[in-house]
Formats: sequence, structure tokens, C-alpha cells
Amino acid sequence: MTSNQLMFILFSAVIIVFSILTVTSQKILRAAVYLLFVLVSTAGLYFMLNYQFLAAVQLTLYAGGIVVLIIFSILLTSHIDLKFESLGWKKSIFSALAVISGAILSIVTILDHKFSATTEAAKEIDMRLIGNSLLSVEKDGYVLPFEVISILLLAAMIAAIVIAKKGAPKKVESRTSKQ
Amino acid sequence: MNTGIPLYYFLILATIMFFVGVYGFLTRRNLITILMSVELILNSVNINFLAFNRYLFPHKLEGLFFSLFVIAVAASEAAVAIAIIINIYRRFTTINVEDVNVMKF
Repeated sequence: MTSNQLMFILFSAVIIVFSILTVTSQKILRAAVYLLFVLVSTAGLYFMLNYQFLAAVQLTLYAGGIVVLIIFSILLTSHIDLKFESLGWKKSIFSALAVISGAILSIVTILDHKFSATTEAAKEIDMRLIGNSLLSVEKDGYVLPFEVISILLLAAMIAAIVIAKKGAPKKVESRTSKQ
Repeated sequence: MNTGIPLYYFLILATIMFFVGVYGFLTRRNLITILMSVELILNSVNINFLAFNRYLFPHKLEGLFFSLFVIAVAASEAAVAIAIIINIYRRFTTINVEDVNVMKF
């Protein structure tokens, strides 16, 4: 067994175990920390696939950004050692049945399919290539999705501020009605 | 590049992660844990994109850029969702999906 395979087994075991714990844990803060483990080992898988840039994005954005955001919102909305009441056996058993049958169906379909790889030589992916194709307007250029995603991020930022602002619409209404 | 791991292993791992996320989506009642299940689902899809790109089309970059955009969409989705959740908590003082059943009052 090569070290590569050993690392893959390690990462996949961490991902499977902690993702199951994420959706079954009774304590919400622990579920968030388990989610952090899952995201970090996903970044490890990206490193194994030789996509260093995306692994760094995964670590900074998911593990650094989203999980911290989730933990903050947990601390804002629920008591720190809040325990969920366990859901009824009926609901959990039927959900598990649906999910397991779906998973088996997908895995059987995947194993049945023969994937054929191209014979072309692999391209060396460095940061210069990624940046150039992100802003290129020629073939294999991604400037349009790049611009769209930048507008989406701006809109999401403004939307988050507007939604989370405390009681803004009512104040504006009362001010205008006074005038 | 040959890592000594078949493509199928990555796909099966992503499938299991996806369906664990679906299970969480079905059984959880807290809005934040539902959001966490959605993050699991998006992550499993990213693994699929990157494995396909590395194993089947190593001379192209489509999978990398697609998962980059998926990560950006997931980040903005999480930001807006958490803003909505905090707003819901302010009005109802709970984020349990079964207790939040009024859209406007």
C-alpha cells in the first residue's frame, strides 16, 4: 500500500465518520466542529488530487469563513449547550431508508459505468495559468462567469447587511410619515 | 499523474457524503443544522468535479473553475442564509422550522 492510498483511506474515513456525526449529533456546536473536520479533510483530498490553489481556497473560505460564520450564528441564536430532542424513530428510520436506497442506487450506477479518460497529456496547473484563464475572453476563458460571480458576491453582501439590519424598514416608514 | 487510487473511490466517497447531507436535510429541524447539511452536499459535488477533471480531462481546467464558482456561490448563500436566520430569530425567538410557520404578520 502506497502512502497515497493510506492518505486517501485516512481522509475518506474522517470525511464519512464526521459527516455522519455532523447530521446526527445532538449538540449543535459539536455538529459545527465536526463539519469543520469534514471540510479540512476535503481540502486534504484536493491536495492529493494536486489542486493546491483550490485546496487553499477551501481552507480559507470554508474552514476559515463559513464555519466561523456558522459558529457565530449558533452562539447568537441558541444556548451553548442546547440539546435537540431526539426525533421520532419513524422519521429517522424512513429517512435512513430513503437515503440508503438512494445511495445504493447511485453507487451501483457509478460502478456500472465505464469512464474513458482522454489520452492527452496532463497540463501543469500553476497560479499564472489559473489567473490568465479566469480573465481571458478567448476560448477556455472564464471572464463572464467571473464577472457574474463578482456581482453575485456584491449582491449577497449588500443583501446580508440589509436583511440583518435591526428594524430598518419600520424606522424609514415612520420617518417619512412624520415628514 | 497516477495516484494509485481508482476514480470510483472518489465517486463513491462523494456519493456517501452527498446522501449523508440529504439525511441531515430530511431529519434536522434547526435551520442552522439544515444549512450545514447543504454545505456537506455542495462539498461532495466539488469532490466529484475535481476528480472528474483530474482523471478524465487532465488537460483542461473546467472542473477546477466550476468548483471555484460553486464555492463562491456557497459562501454567498451561507452569508444570506445566516442573515435570514438571525432575522427570523429576532422575530420568533426560535429557529426551529416547525415553529416558524407565518410568512407575514
